[in-house]
Amino acid sequence: MTIEELFRQAKMNRDMLYEGRITHVLVGTATCGRAAGAMAVLEAFRRETAGSGIDVRVTEVGCMGLCSQEPLVIIIKPDNLTVCYHHVTPQIVHQLVEGYILGDDPCLDLALGTVSGGDGSPVIIPELESFERQQRLLLRNSGFNSPLEIDHYIACGGYAGLANALKSQTTQVIEEIERSGLRGRGGAGYPTGAKLRACSEAAGDSKYVICNADEGDPGAFMDRVLIESDPHALLEGMAIAGFAAGARQGYIYVREEYPLAIERLQRALAQAAEKGVLGSGILGSQFDFHIEIVKGAGAFVSGEETAMIAAIEGRRSWPDQRPPYPAQSGLWDKPTLVNNVKTLALLPQIIRNGGEWFAGMGTKQCSGTALFALAGKLVNTGLAEVPMGTTLRTLVYDIGGGIRNGRQFKGVQIGGPSGGCLPESLLDTPIDFESLKQAGAVMGSGGLIVMDEDNCMVDTARFFTDFSRRESCGKCTPCRIGTCQMLRMLEDFTRGQGTLQDLDTLQSIAEDIRATSLCGLGRMSPNPVLTTLRYYRAEYEAHILEKRCPARVCKDLTAYYILPEKCERGCDHCVLACPAEAIFSDGQGLKVVDQVKCTKCGSCEAVCPPEYNAVVRLSPVSLVPAGRRTRPETP
Amino acid sequence: MDTARKAEIFNEGRRQRRHLIDILQDIQSCEGYLSREAMQEVAAFLSLPPSAVWGVATFYNQFRFTPPGRNPVRVCMGTACHLAGGQLVLEAMARELKLEIGATSEDREFSLERVACIGCCALAPVVTIGESVYPKMTPPRVEEILVQMKPAEGRGKSGDGPT
Ligand SMILES: Cc1cc2nc3c(=O)[nH]c(=O)nc-3n(C[C@H](O)[C@H](O)[C@H](O)COP(=O)(O)O)c2cc1C
Ligand code: FES
Repeated sequence: MTIEELFRQAKMNRDMLYEGRITHVLVGTATCGRAAGAMAVLEAFRRETAGSGIDVRVTEVGCMGLCSQEPLVIIIKPDNLTVCYHHVTPQIVHQLVEGYILGDDPCLDLALGTVSGGDGSPVIIPELESFERQQRLLLRNSGFNSPLEIDHYIACGGYAGLANALKSQTTQVIEEIERSGLRGRGGAGYPTGAKLRACSEAAGDSKYVICNADEGDPGAFMDRVLIESDPHALLEGMAIAGFAAGARQGYIYVREEYPLAIERLQRALAQAAEKGVLGSGILGSQFDFHIEIVKGAGAFVSGEETAMIAAIEGRRSWPDQRPPYPAQSGLWDKPTLVNNVKTLALLPQIIRNGGEWFAGMGTKQCSGTALFALAGKLVNTGLAEVPMGTTLRTLVYDIGGGIRNGRQFKGVQIGGPSGGCLPESLLDTPIDFESLKQAGAVMGSGGLIVMDEDNCMVDTARFFTDFSRRESCGKCTPCRIGTCQMLRMLEDFTRGQGTLQDLDTLQSIAEDIRATSLCGLGRMSPNPVLTTLRYYRAEYEAHILEKRCPARVCKDLTAYYILPEKCERGCDHCVLACPAEAIFSDGQGLKVVDQVKCTKCGSCEAVCPPEYNAVVRLSPVSLVPAGRRTRPETP
Repeated sequence: MDTARKAEIFNEGRRQRRHLIDILQDIQSCEGYLSREAMQEVAAFLSLPPSAVWGVATFYNQFRFTPPGRNPVRVCMGTACHLAGGQLVLEAMARELKLEIGATSEDREFSLERVACIGCCALAPVVTIGESVYPKMTPPRVEEILVQMKPAEGRGKSGDGPT
């Protein structure tokens, strides 16, 4: 079938769906939605509408990127508003069915807003400020189109980019991608067109395309959401890349921890083969392209391209010295194109709308959009797609809604364990590969975690260094031993040990690791240490000189203390919750924490009723009044 | 492992080095872990020295070499969960289950693991037990949940169920 025929057929199927007299309920059932209870909501809609006598179709969709609002539901009712509801529970389902599906009340008090877009243009909720600053290319279908139905994708112009490409010469396709200025979204920002050209011009007739869906940064989940929400964009992008590079086989290396993404990919692959947009003789052309899924077995270093190739070959995921680059000699020593999910998923739109179109977005050096996973202490966590060059401040405040609970902003970590922590004063840094690098962070693959005054920067550096140490593959010495050394020093600081001179030693070890490691894991592992030393030195000094953790996180420097003026005497919550039996009553019935017995597990703070809020943390521990430190000896 | 599944895992089409990890994953998903015997069988099937199979299996975080508990407890130690107090939750789990991280209880009821981001950062800190996800955990919630899971020994506390 030609693409035109496919499109007509898909459009007809889809229109029958959406333009008929049917009410549609879309339930976001990506991983984040499921964790918040979406499957129970889905089930409730099916149950409540089953006997209602009207035609209602309940469909599973992906994620709109509003993770803190999950479970999300969209109701499309003929001749009525399309409305998006948040924090939906089975009880609310009952209300919605009675109110809006059977009745005429759109229950706006339960709604997040109305929905516009779809059919190719990005789906947005105009009432939400967080959508105003966004430009959604990758997310354009997310949370609206069904990831389970290829017709939804085709009806919105899907696979037309591949059809265009197949009618052109490979060089024309490469030129178009070069014109777009697209740079790799996997972290390093290498120009995609140049990589494609190198692979296409490399000698050899077996070539491969690998999609890097390893997403190892512990706090980033954009690639997972994209695959769960719009898997065909990736498949189409891979086929285009395969055509341009001269490859007939592609592999998607995806984390085994993403079972839903794998399931949706498998389904999408089967549907694409059935429609003839993947497989042999795609869309009636001479071009064959097959895609296989390879499940990663969990190692951060596997995200590095040469290590990934080793993993696909069935070996330990050890990185290799480059050059030769994979584009010359990669999988089984054949020319191999390795690209990130987002890079590949952008290709269909670039081919369909032209390189100029893409180059017109973002900045001159970095065209297009950047997709971030916002997490941490923000009001709105989830996904955000913004034009390159948008400032961090816009992401944190306009889209992220600022810091939760009125706390103070402290820093933002970009790029996970390979990235850096940037302070308030750098919030006006525009998001692009060069500006972030200059500030000491990296674009990484797009994890962005916001910290507030309750987070300790020394502890954060320790956390990331511990991650890199665990994940170091051990092949090169600077990374294997250096990360251990850095960790040991950071652990000392969190205990109030060490000297100011140690800070300089730490700095020089970090710089050596950066200069001498074999692969990016080692080379970038000192970034959290180097940036926190650069921007938060005072916090290190407070730990070392004053034995004080300003955020009251580091256990050895912090004491739990019950404020006598707030303690309610009669309430025994803390006493019952304490697993160490460290809390006792003084002569007046006020509770006291025995500092010798206390294991600092945090239970008392968590159970103290909010109306009393009597448990506080003090740092340094010498702040605990002398008379209230231990149980007095009973005579 | 039944013979049909075994024949599927060790099918002729997979007698290549590149299927090593794949095969190990399939065995683990059937049996819950990789036994010595299973790895030897894989080595023979692929004509590899057992040390090569062991070398690959121990490299990756996914593989385990002891049977997991019937209720595998996984505490997320990704960045968002760490910043929201995941460490205290992990310690509480270890204390209440009387288990070290990576260990399985003697009655095989529980095992305890730390994992990196499971993709629900908005609900941090997160714990999963089997297929259930427990969002916004605190040390006292750990106790509540475990009490609910062992009703026989319950101490009559109530709490929210999984979502
Ligand atoms: C330790 C390490 C981890 C990496 N993890 C990822 C990852 O999870 N996803 C990714 O796309 N690229 C990752 N990369 C970058 C890849 O090596 C490679 O540059 C990228 O996949 C190229 O794709 P792109 O040109 O589309 O950016 C990682 C690199 C290193 C050094
Ligand atoms: S960090 Fe725990 S779910 Fe992401």
